[in-house]
Formats: sequence, C-alpha cells, structure tokens
Amino acid sequence: MSGIEEDRRDFLKCMAWAGTGALFAFSGGVGSSMGLDQALAAPLRRTAAKPFTFVQLSDSHIGFNKPPNADARATFREAIAKVKALSVQPDFIIHTGDVSQLSRDEEFDDAEQMLKAAGLPVFFVPGEHDMLDPDGGKAFLNRFGKGSKGAGWYSFDLNGVHFVAMVNVADLKPGGMGNLGAEQLKWLKADLAGHSSSTPIVVFAHIPLWTVYAEWGWGTDDAEQALKLLARFGSVTVLNGHIHQITQKVEGRIAFHTARSTAFPQPAPGTAPSPGPLRVPADQLHEMLGITDAIFVRGHDRIALIDSTLAA
Amino acid sequence: MTRPFRILSFQAAVLAAAGLMMSTVSVMTRAVPAPASAAVQIGNFTFKNPVVTVKLGTTVTWTNGDDIPHTIVSKDGVFRSKVLDTGDRFTFTFAKVGQFGYFCSLHPHMTGTIVVKA
Repeated sequence: MSGIEEDRRDFLKCMAWAGTGALFAFSGGVGSSMGLDQALAAPLRRTAAKPFTFVQLSDSHIGFNKPPNADARATFREAIAKVKALSVQPDFIIHTGDVSQLSRDEEFDDAEQMLKAAGLPVFFVPGEHDMLDPDGGKAFLNRFGKGSKGAGWYSFDLNGVHFVAMVNVADLKPGGMGNLGAEQLKWLKADLAGHSSSTPIVVFAHIPLWTVYAEWGWGTDDAEQALKLLARFGSVTVLNGHIHQITQKVEGRIAFHTARSTAFPQPAPGTAPSPGPLRVPADQLHEMLGITDAIFVRGHDRIALIDSTLAA
Repeated sequence: MTRPFRILSFQAAVLAAAGLMMSTVSVMTRAVPAPASAAVQIGNFTFKNPVVTVKLGTTVTWTNGDDIPHTIVSKDGVFRSKVLDTGDRFTFTFAKVGQFGYFCSLHPHMTGTIVVKA
C-alpha cells in the first residue's frame, strides 16, 4: 500500500470513521463534536418553540438476503423498533434511499408496511437500487414520491427549517459517479432563492454530495454546483447514505454526514478490493447497522446528529 | 425372386437416403460455422475483461458474480440488460462491426468495451 493510501486512511479515521455513537453538532457553521454520553446528558434548552427531531433511516435494501445478513427485513424492523423506543419521539422520518434491493413491488410493499408501524410521516429519496423497475424508477415514485418533481426531488418547510430532497441516482453517466443533472440544479436555484440566508437548511440525497472515494464512485459529479448555491446559508446539514458507514466532514458552513445502513455494512474506502456487503461475523452485524437521530434546538440554530447502532 | 430384390432395393434406398442426409448435414456444418461466443465476468464491481475483441456475429455473455446487482448498458443505446442479480446472465449477439462501450447504470464507474471485427 502506498504512503498516500496510508495517509488517506489515517485522515478518514480522524473523521470519526467508525464511532458507535458520535455526535456532531454545529452552531453558526462552526462544527464541534462531543461524545454521545455528553450529548444525551445535556438538557435540551427549551425556548419558545419546542425542539423538534427527526430520524434518518438509510439503505434498508429490503429483499437483500446474502451474507452477512440473511434477512434485511428483520433488521429494518429492528431499526423501526429502535425509533419507537426513542425517549423523544421524532416528528418524522427521512429515508435516504436504497429502500429495496431490486425495486420489486413486494420489497417496496414490505418497506411501506413496516414503516407504517412507526406511525410517523416518512420522506423518501431513491437510491440506485430503487430505480431498477422496467420504467427506471416509476415504481418507487408512484409509491414514495407522489408530488415530487423530475426523478423525485422536492422541498418542504417544517418548524422554520427548509428541507431539500435531492436525487443523484438517475440517468448516471458512463465512467461517472452520482449525478444531479442540469434540470434539478436549475430547480434548486429557484427553490433556494426564496429563503433568507439565516434559514437552516437540511439537504438529503442518497449518494454523498461530496467525494468520499472516487475509485468506488462514492461521490456526486456535479455536487459542487449545488454546494455553491448553498454556500450563502449560515447553517447547512447534508445527510446521505449509500456507503453504509458513518463519515462526516465540515466545509465552510456545510456539515456533511452519512448514515449507517439497516441491512449490511460496507468496507471503509480502500480497505477492500471493491465496495459491497462486508461479511462480518453474525455477532458483530448489529454493531454495524443503525439509525441517525437529528435534534434541533430552537434558539441555538444548531442541529445535533446522534448515530446509534442496532446492538443492545 | 422378386422378394429379395425388393428388400435389397429397399435397403439401397435407405442407404441412399441416409447418405444424402449425412452429406446434407456435413454441407450445413461447413457452410454455417458454430456461432462464436465470448464471456465477460463481473466481480468486485469491475468487468474482469474490460476490453474484449470478437468476430462479427459473436454472442457475448455477461455473468454477475457479485453480491450486488449490476446492469449492462450500451453507451449508445445498442443494448440494455435488465437488472442482473447474483449469478444472473445477459447475452447480446453483435451483428455489426465497431466499438461498443458499455457501463453499469447503477455503478457507472464500471465500464467496458466490446470490439467487433469482421
């Protein structure tokens, strides 16, 4: 392994690579992290508005049944049970894609039924595994993307926060990575234009909107153009999935975070010949799957992201 | 006297017919060679033999050896597979000379080329 590879790996480790409960908080765009214990112990400062929270689920791959997880339905059910057990019930759930393994109706059906048990609104974006029906994503959109635009993008405002759901798995180009496309970028520009720079923004999409590892296609070719449009905002949080492990980074006033899968882990960049399911022993699987809890503390203009595993 | 002759002539006719059939078969074999085939294995998110040169009329078979689904999509819209789960195959017969670039539409960093020569 070359020195450059080693350096990169050390650098990635420094980015809180495989923490089992890392918390990432930022205020006014300056990132700071602390341990999960501290975060859980810290009382939420109740201001005029009640703090609101949401949960990110990702990469449920319903239908996946190979090592290291013979039943991705079961682990998704466990993830939903974990959401229901949270002491502060979230206001809603976002699912950052790869709901299904092969875009089959029964896979989407099962995911939908299981999510109903949570009794919460769910906002979706598709992953590349959700685009595999003969019509290239229609099955997903008909079920989970009603009212969305283009390949499934949309935005909404809740409790003063502007949420932007983006799609970077449609119409991918040979040799490239994730792709947003000109039409979606044009829409994003218009969508953001109406919001003041003090509006907290949360962007969610399947593939990371920064290049985590180009060799494995873990990035989005035209993300830079989206990030330029977001640069004027004081607080931007970008939530992604796809890589089945936690990574985080701050660039300017934009905080990036990827969530664990509820189905199977993937290797850290460059530590295996290719991406794909990491065949971990059965007793370690649950430590590598999980959910992400996002907590807004009003008045702080600050978002805390707490990752927790399905173990224990 | 007539009966053995009849049998003989029947046998001769059968032999002649069989000979005709055999020669027809051998002519067919010579005129139409066995169709050429080539294989591309998918493993570790790569096309193991990314550039394959084949003769016109060759049938290429792609086989997915990964635990993750892939697709075979021509860059120029010449062919497009359904999603290939683990162990699934896709075949395409190349009836034109040229270079045919393709990729996996799920993992577009996976690319390959089939070069078809006359």
